[in-house]
Amino acid sequence: MLEVEHIDAGYGSTVILQDVSLRVDTGEVVTIVGANGAGKTTTLRCIAGLLQPRSGRIRLDGQDITELAAHDIVDLGITLIPEGRQLFPDMTVRENLMMGAYRREARACQSQSLSEVLDLFPRLAERLDQPAVSLSGGEQQMVAIARGMMARPKILMFDEPSLGLAPIIVSQVFEVIEQVAASGTTVLIVEQNVFHTLKVADRGYVLENGRMTLEDSAAALLADDHVRQAYLGI
Amino acid sequence: MEIFLQILANGVMLGGLFAIVAIGLTLIFGIVKVINFAHGEFLMVGMYLTFLLTTGLDLHPYIAAAAVVPALFVLGALTQRFLIQPLLSARDEHVQIFATVGLSTALMNLALLIFGADIANTPVHGVRSQVQLGPVRVLEGQIWILVAAVALVIGLQFFMKRTTLGRAIRATAQNRAAAQLMGINDRLIYVLTFGIGAACVGLGSALIAPLYPASPTVGTYFVLIAFVVVVLGGLGSVAGAFFGAILIGIVDAMSGFYIGSDLREAVVFGIFLVILILKPSGLFSTRLNQSHVSP
Repeated sequence: MLEVEHIDAGYGSTVILQDVSLRVDTGEVVTIVGANGAGKTTTLRCIAGLLQPRSGRIRLDGQDITELAAHDIVDLGITLIPEGRQLFPDMTVRENLMMGAYRREARACQSQSLSEVLDLFPRLAERLDQPAVSLSGGEQQMVAIARGMMARPKILMFDEPSLGLAPIIVSQVFEVIEQVAASGTTVLIVEQNVFHTLKVADRGYVLENGRMTLEDSAAALLADDHVRQAYLGI
Repeated sequence: MEIFLQILANGVMLGGLFAIVAIGLTLIFGIVKVINFAHGEFLMVGMYLTFLLTTGLDLHPYIAAAAVVPALFVLGALTQRFLIQPLLSARDEHVQIFATVGLSTALMNLALLIFGADIANTPVHGVRSQVQLGPVRVLEGQIWILVAAVALVIGLQFFMKRTTLGRAIRATAQNRAAAQLMGINDRLIYVLTFGIGAACVGLGSALIAPLYPASPTVGTYFVLIAFVVVVLGGLGSVAGAFFGAILIGIVDAMSGFYIGSDLREAVVFGIFLVILILKPSGLFSTRLNQSHVSP
């Protein structure tokens, strides 16, 4: 479904990604694990169209999307839930969620999507008319995830969804990711919480210093000596 | 007392005029984050267009607004698309400000070339007739300017809160990268917003033209006051700009009468400086249109 082929990317004179390739098939949950600064977020930004790779191609269902603008990529069905939530602070929770359904295909079923995400996050139903900035960190992360789901994407990408959250909320976030996957949405997830992520993923890639060093099934990666030492601390 | 009320009324009417010039300026600043130094020249262009339409086609200036407003929308949209947008990637964002200063000078000299330095009087079509409102008398045209300014403030609030495009504009102002991730075409939003801001001053220009003669430099005075009003109202706040404009209008009229008409501007700018020192964020500042985080 999604193919990233040999991309190089960076900011200014800094090179972040070198010859990164990955593939996500329909219905899969795929994860990229790696240390801080390995280039995980940069990879997602390239796919989302926020950053233009210097070389290499990105394809969705065979169509070359490398040079498309971010909003065109959203229209094609790829949505990124960015790191650090990135809500619209002075909009209400309801307005934030509605912005998620801005994509033309999602706009028609706005109210249906809204009741679906509120079923998943009942807490947000009580907060609908509060400004997003007044919510706690965990609640804001829920808004960010719900907002991403409102777009009804084919591929939903999560960038560090558990970063900075209390352990009990982290478990909730992973439950939601499992439910998203169970509903048939393809998921690409980047996380520092490697153990939790590999538990919900089908396949995984290991990204180290801007290069893909390992690719395997999630179960095999959980058993891999290098992964266990470097990322699981076992 | 009657004189006081009359001066107060004059001030409110003057404030309405300042408001209708300032609303577009604060809108563009709040959303696109560009200080448009050519805003006064947009007013000037609109006034000359009104002059041409009223003298050439013998239209009422308010009818001419139906053509001037869309024309100014196009002028604003083109400015953003072909002048500001190419500079977005410039290393120093102040380049955009100098670009609008350049546009301002270019438009002023273009007007000088076409129309000469003489003033151009738009036919008044009765809007200079006096209206008795209780104890005070004002010009009919002044009332329409105030009504239009109020309608513009309310209309823009409604547009921003209730329409899909309005929400997309607010979202882009609050977090541009996140807006892109929602599928919003941020560049198009900026082009449209610049157009809307210019269209607002276009409406103002058609209403002001029958009251004030057009000249190549007519925008300079109005826009200077408009900047004061925009800062007072809290940068980017449309309602704040309106109340700031009314306040400055009243101060202007009062000081002109009670202190001396030569000192009006000294008082206005003196008060402006005092407020800047005491409350730099503006009298009516809101966070509504401020940008916060962008990755």
